[in-house]
Amino acid sequence: MNKNEQGSGLRAQGSAETRQTGQASALSAQPSALKGSEFWRTLEERAGDPAFQERLYNEFPSEIEAITDPVARRTFLKLMGASLALAGVTACTKQPPEKIVPYVRQPEELIPGRPLFYATSMAVGGVATGLLVENHEGRPTKIEGNPLHPGSLGATDVFAQAAILGLYDPDRSQTLRNLGEIRPWSAYLGAINAALTAQKPLKGAGLRILTESVNSPTLAAQIRDLLSRFPSAKWHQWDPASRDNIRAGAKLAFGEYVDAQYHFDQADVILSLDADFLGAGPGGLRYARDFSKRRRPEDAEHMNRLYAIESMPTSTGARADHRLPMKPSAIEGAARAIAAAAGVAGARPTGAAQDKEQKWIAAVAKDLLGHRGRSLVIAGESQPPAVHAIAHAMNQALGNAGKTVVYTKTAEAEPVNQLESIRDLVADMNAGKVDLLVIIGGNPVYTAPADLKFADALNKVQLRSHLSLYDDETSALCQWQIPEAHFLEAWSDARAFDGTISIVQPLIAPLYGGKSAHEVLAAMSDRPERSGHDLVRDHWKIDKDDTAWRRWLHDGVMPNTAYAPANVTANAAAVGSGPMSPATPAGALEISFRNDPSVLDGRFANNGWLQELPKPITRLTWDNAVITSPATAARLKGSEYPAFQGGEHGQIIADVVELKLQGRSVRGAMFAVVGHPDDCVTVHLGYGRSRGGRIAAGAGFNANAIRTSSALSFGSGVELTKTGDTFSLACTQYHHLMEGRGLVRAATREEYLRDPKSVHEGPGMEPPPPKTLTLYPEVKYDGYKWGMAIDVNACIGCNACVVGCQSENNIPVIGKEQVLRGREMHWLRVDTYYRGQAENPETYFQPVPCMQCENAPCEVVCPVGATAHSSEGLNDMVYNRCVGTRYCSDNCPYKVRRFNFLLYQDFDTPALKLGRNPDVTVRSRGVMEKCTYCVQRINAAKIDSEKADRKVRDGEIKTACEQACPADAIVFGNLNDPESRVAKLQAETRNYALLAELNTRPRTTYLAAVRNVNPELGE
Amino acid sequence: MSQIFHRSANTIARVSIFGAVFFIAGLLGLFAQVNRSPWVTDARVAREQPIQFSHERHVAGNGIDCRYCHTSVEDSSFAGIPPTKTCMNCHSQIFSNSPFLEPVRESFRTGRSIEWTRVHDLPDFVYFNHSIHVNKGVGCTTCHGQVDRMPLMWQEQSLQMEWCLNCHRNPERYVRPREAVFRVDYVPPADQDELGKRLVAEYQIQKLTSCSTCHR
Repeated sequence: MNKNEQGSGLRAQGSAETRQTGQASALSAQPSALKGSEFWRTLEERAGDPAFQERLYNEFPSEIEAITDPVARRTFLKLMGASLALAGVTACTKQPPEKIVPYVRQPEELIPGRPLFYATSMAVGGVATGLLVENHEGRPTKIEGNPLHPGSLGATDVFAQAAILGLYDPDRSQTLRNLGEIRPWSAYLGAINAALTAQKPLKGAGLRILTESVNSPTLAAQIRDLLSRFPSAKWHQWDPASRDNIRAGAKLAFGEYVDAQYHFDQADVILSLDADFLGAGPGGLRYARDFSKRRRPEDAEHMNRLYAIESMPTSTGARADHRLPMKPSAIEGAARAIAAAAGVAGARPTGAAQDKEQKWIAAVAKDLLGHRGRSLVIAGESQPPAVHAIAHAMNQALGNAGKTVVYTKTAEAEPVNQLESIRDLVADMNAGKVDLLVIIGGNPVYTAPADLKFADALNKVQLRSHLSLYDDETSALCQWQIPEAHFLEAWSDARAFDGTISIVQPLIAPLYGGKSAHEVLAAMSDRPERSGHDLVRDHWKIDKDDTAWRRWLHDGVMPNTAYAPANVTANAAAVGSGPMSPATPAGALEISFRNDPSVLDGRFANNGWLQELPKPITRLTWDNAVITSPATAARLKGSEYPAFQGGEHGQIIADVVELKLQGRSVRGAMFAVVGHPDDCVTVHLGYGRSRGGRIAAGAGFNANAIRTSSALSFGSGVELTKTGDTFSLACTQYHHLMEGRGLVRAATREEYLRDPKSVHEGPGMEPPPPKTLTLYPEVKYDGYKWGMAIDVNACIGCNACVVGCQSENNIPVIGKEQVLRGREMHWLRVDTYYRGQAENPETYFQPVPCMQCENAPCEVVCPVGATAHSSEGLNDMVYNRCVGTRYCSDNCPYKVRRFNFLLYQDFDTPALKLGRNPDVTVRSRGVMEKCTYCVQRINAAKIDSEKADRKVRDGEIKTACEQACPADAIVFGNLNDPESRVAKLQAETRNYALLAELNTRPRTTYLAAVRNVNPELGE
Repeated sequence: MSQIFHRSANTIARVSIFGAVFFIAGLLGLFAQVNRSPWVTDARVAREQPIQFSHERHVAGNGIDCRYCHTSVEDSSFAGIPPTKTCMNCHSQIFSNSPFLEPVRESFRTGRSIEWTRVHDLPDFVYFNHSIHVNKGVGCTTCHGQVDRMPLMWQEQSLQMEWCLNCHRNPERYVRPREAVFRVDYVPPADQDELGKRLVAEYQIQKLTSCSTCHR
């Protein structure tokens, strides 16, 4: 991390000659003796490759060139001189006069300067999450989870956090257009009316509606009403974020569409079959909360144990006690073997698993059998329906059904096989049967399987209209493009994963006159003028007395609308012995398609917060990549890790490879990820947008180009060839080095129970120095003493905290080019550490905000007093004093300070100004910034408590990161109150401070990870 | 070698070195004074407004309480500028035809807000909260001056950080009983020091001088 400490010694080792031999095999190398810690961040670090270290220390190679070149140097000095002079002049401006613009008639409930919170709901892929949105004088500025909502419990995911930026995105479609010309809404009404009149005698035989997964009861009722008036019309659904395999698996097992709901709080042993239940999918936030509740080693008796078989490493695999990397196609065989061993009637093991795997499978089956009714098997959405059916059969056989897993009606209004649905639509379009296609949301031209040639078929439709947030690939092929109202601008309703209904209420009037899906459907009814508000109210039969309605809006949930468990039984015999899916021939390379953890299927591709977010595990920003295991990468290109240049804040130079599948090809950068199975590549969807907006433009490659309906999740026979080109990837995992220090701590449950202090023993872990080891007088903190405890054992690395922080604290987006220089501005980063073998390492996530050191090294080096200590122990950053020396950042051992090298903030775009938090300064160029513990929230809570003549209560202040966290991994509070949660957590044995040996006395401390290892499998 | 400089050069050198100290000190002093002057701070400079609204008339003349218009002063960081509706509560009856009030009536008719010029304008990196100050016994006139004698509004104090800290370091010199916070005719008693100390203890007033109290 801090290269100043050990830099000189290591620098001598990485001499010029070793620089040439950069590609030594790191896989085979054992952790170097030079490196102290058994944890590592990258393979190069694990191998202790001196050439890599040399490259890291050579921090500014490109800049050095610029200075030795005389012409460039002169230009550089000229520019510097001019900018210095200009900077000097502009510093002397007088404050410009400001206006105050009061209301004409002030809304009754509004107190100017105090935010109001409204409950609403966000639906993605047919499942809704309840939200509370902070609203400043009519402008939504921050999204939080709704504690009353079963799918949120107060937490949010990255998509919900980033929705604020999506709302104010200046690239959104802003006007209704017909063939590129701006037209009024009435013109669209006329056109659609004429087309519908023509359809009337045909009973709508030429009318098709294409939606995403619909979970709004009102919208479903509207569509059904339309279909009743046009009985020959058809409703199709295609939603890449939806779950065809899960639906088909349920149908296979139960003969009908049902949703499985899991009770992770009841499960002692969990088996995940390529399911990332913590990171994504319906109920993910709830599951993460329930799961992490059962991970506390202080309550060792009730610790759960998670086994994960997975291909692409995910958050869930990282949190697993035992993880088995497998190619996607091989997981079915393992699932069958476990099912057979766990006593599923009729299940027969297939395929010859290796010895190691057999031992693993036997141990898992034994553990599952030992916890009948208290175990849980869950299959992931990328696995074929057969695996889901096997999982259901296992839960049935193990007696888990009705206990840890219950089955209910679906949250989706009309579950269908969406691949079949869009295939039918394309066939009808090609056959010329479709005269009028109304596309409600979604971007099928971009997302539909490549072999369907959706775009060609679409062009055969006479009249096409597309309702969407962006003027995207699909809009380009439709005559009518209707700007969609963002969910924060529109009325609707939505179901949570357990069926609970929420009313979606708008936080602001549509910024660009957008229309909601309800209003577009209403336009096709006999009462086209009805508003979304009236439609939703009418659907729920609200008359004059709207007490119930107001209660629903206030709480964000309709009481007692969660589904009751359905009485269904898995047909175990039929599924266990069903035909095995075709296996990949040996030696063939397999390809797996996944929704991207940051931009999903591309619907969030124009969101800068999400693009710049280092993705879990890969830590890539701004791009997707052709992801392989290090060994496969080595086999394919002769070296297992990409070249790396540009010092500690450098960039990865990756090989560009061509992927060829079924005659289609696409080019992308290859990137090796530890823990990925061999002979298999994973590509993420959602990138390579051609019409996605300014942010999405140029990011990544379009994996949809080779994704066909026969290999929607994965397929074999992909050919990978090196093109000889290279590509820079902005991967933050390579930023900062560990220098062999024990930065993260972990133990097994047995070790912890034997000696809880053992988590603090190991290479590179030093005890903190005695309190007396300082020349400064001891400072007493009499009032509040703020502190934070972060549980490494609970963190699932989902990044919700990072986006939450970005939204709360007006943190700018800087762009890929700046990330390549290591200038990312996130105040909070989620460090990822590995331990063990590169093929299948243990993975740990450690969020690192400012430590708020009591002996802060940054404070003593600031020449202008711009960073100072507060009476409550906060390490204050005073932007208006900062002159940008960056001494503080240099002296910070945790590297948590962020500098505005350029004018990163957009001070000009009007829409973006609306979304900023008015309680936090918007920083300009040349200013240092860092985590403040959300001091604006601390001050607000303190003022409220002072006015009420009381102390701030524990839990009253939630920092933005704490509030977003689904796993309850972050706890903030007053350390002077021994009853506070944070004080209790910091008193636990597994509490440790990062780099405590430097005597910085951080206020933020960590709780070591404890893994519940099965003794039969060992480490 | 003959001397290049005459002996008197020594004296000239001494005087100029001595003088330079005063000259530089004088420059610094001048800079400090200019920086504190109304030329920079705009203190005591009446601002042009779209309507010639007189606090003198409304406060001293009609005896209207501050909170009738500045409604959120006890609850929010922002004291609140009254909506046009508040003006029209009275002015739909009183001076309802006055040409001076035409902008108010126009605003009420058209729904367009009146755009007032901000008088007390803190820099954007300062976060001041009215509610906690009035709750802790800081009177309106302590900062805003004798508003009841201002025909057009001006800013009484410099609003510079030095001035803020003056009270944050010594609150006992300025606090008054809570019930007198909104009284414009309040005069600090002769025993302010004693009263101040008592109130500081009673209201649990802290001497908050950490940076993040105001800057964040």
